[in-house]
Amino acid sequence: MKPPAFDYHAPETLAEAVRVLAETAPHGSVLAGGQSLIPLLNMRLAAPRHVVDITRVPGLDRVGTGTGGVTVGALVRHTDLAADPAAAEAVPLLRQGLRLVAHPVIRNRGTTVGSIAHADPSAEMAAALALLGGEVRVANAAGTRTIAAADLFTGYLETSLERGELITAAFFPAQGPATGSAFAEVARRHGDYAVCGVAALVALDPDLRITGAKAAYLSMGPTPAVLDLTEAVAGLVPAHGPVAPGDSDRYAAAGDLAAARTGPDAAADIHATAEYRTHLARVLTVRALREAGAHAVSRATERAAAGAGRA
Amino acid sequence: MGERMHDIRLSVNGVPHAATVPARRLLSDCLRHDLGLTGTHVGCEHGVCGACTVLVDGRPARSCLMLAVGAEGHELTTVEGLADPGGPLHPVQQAFRECHGLQCGFCTPGFLTLIAAYLEEHPDPTEAEAREAVAGNLCRCTGYTNIVAAVLRAAELRRAGPAAVPEPAVPAEERP
Ligand SMILES: Cc1cc2nc3c(=O)[nH]c(=O)nc-3n(C[C@H](O)[C@H](O)[C@H](O)COP(=O)(O)OP(=O)(O)OC[C@H]3O[C@@H](n4cnc5c(N)ncnc54)[C@H](O)[C@@H]3O)c2cc1C
Ligand code: FES
Ligand code: FES
Repeated sequence: MKPPAFDYHAPETLAEAVRVLAETAPHGSVLAGGQSLIPLLNMRLAAPRHVVDITRVPGLDRVGTGTGGVTVGALVRHTDLAADPAAAEAVPLLRQGLRLVAHPVIRNRGTTVGSIAHADPSAEMAAALALLGGEVRVANAAGTRTIAAADLFTGYLETSLERGELITAAFFPAQGPATGSAFAEVARRHGDYAVCGVAALVALDPDLRITGAKAAYLSMGPTPAVLDLTEAVAGLVPAHGPVAPGDSDRYAAAGDLAAARTGPDAAADIHATAEYRTHLARVLTVRALREAGAHAVSRATERAAAGAGRA
Repeated sequence: MGERMHDIRLSVNGVPHAATVPARRLLSDCLRHDLGLTGTHVGCEHGVCGACTVLVDGRPARSCLMLAVGAEGHELTTVEGLADPGGPLHPVQQAFRECHGLQCGFCTPGFLTLIAAYLEEHPDPTEAEAREAVAGNLCRCTGYTNIVAAVLRAAELRRAGPAAVPEPAVPAEERP
């Protein structure tokens, strides 16, 4: 299993990369970390005539964190994003999810933007972008454009990116001080793609009551589905310990809602039946919501303590 | 029409090498076939088994998921680079030997490079951490118990310093 023959291009500027991609479209593939493209080449599932290695393009390897959120350049490796303290503070969901992306050795080479471009419905970072309502910045021969996450993922390994376009960065909006997050997933082995995974965001009001709850689903359909679960859990006060019996019915209702909405798109494969995946979606929704709620309480109270300390 | 060839220069274990390869030559194959460094093993060729693990600028990477042309300008370390020829074994090699961390040896180069880099950043792992550290590499023989023990023993040897690593029992001239 060796890659088929292709012409190799190693542009040294963004302009040159975009020009080569435009000239070779639709026969060119971007090569970033290679952790998805090279397996596809080795297995002969992909046979692009041109491979455009963007790793020598300067300026794409930066993580920028501002009040609005975190901008991740196209060449930032999973390992380096996970190690960035400012990014982890603004969008804790990133580090929570990156821990579950493959093994450290794969994360050393694979890029976060590459995993979004690859659009695997099992990819943690694609789900994170969808859940947070982020966007990608795109360069093409005509200039630049922005694609919202909701418009990016169009099918299994399919995006609305045109041939010849390059994602230069992904933008993840900041979570806000009273918004907690969590990732819960089941994989055959630690580091494998999730059989089912749930990323959750829970927002609280100043009395620490839930005002918003959303979840994104991995491996439950061709694209990362995002569900609004606010109705099921609004008004609950998340707890670190066991939940009150009344509250656990509400969380269970959120799990049922998730199973009903994601189950119909769940597929069977050698790892799991559709029924088992739906069961996991139900159980993991409850787990992720409760963890995200507890995380939101920690974030809100830490913020309040820091504020009191300054006053 | 013949395939276009690329003249590349690679730095492997501190030694500069030149090779002429097609763009599709995987780094794993370049190391083995073009440079004759057959210590790097090839199992699955899709990133799953870890037998081909080498260090790229000190970080473990799958050499079957890199193109040789993309490795130019980086410092590569293969299993051959862990110890000086004729010198004492690397602490990880010594620990594998003491703990019987290998049987057929097919997976071993990948584990050795992985663990050598891991211990640079985590000099004192717990057993659970050691197990997680090797979780991305496959071994069909050992059942992993002795490999995990070897990680802990290697950490101990490293902390004790070079004096704690005894001279190999095999005379230098009998070693490959
Ligand atoms: C054994 C193994 C296990 C894995 N497990 C997981 C897992 O559990 N979860 C997970 O999320 N991922 C997993 N991955 C995939 C990993 O996260 C990859 O790093 C990621 O999917 C792709 O990033 P890359 O930089 O390697 O992209 P590449 O392989 O270089 O490219 C992937 C695709 O995206 C395109 N592309 C890349 N960058 C751009 C860009 N800037 N603009 C436009 N197109 C672009 C390429 O053309 C190609 O089609 C695993 C990989 C392996 C080998
Ligand atoms: S041969 Fe590279 S990971 Fe198996
Ligand atoms: S020792 Fe045989 S595969 Fe590990």
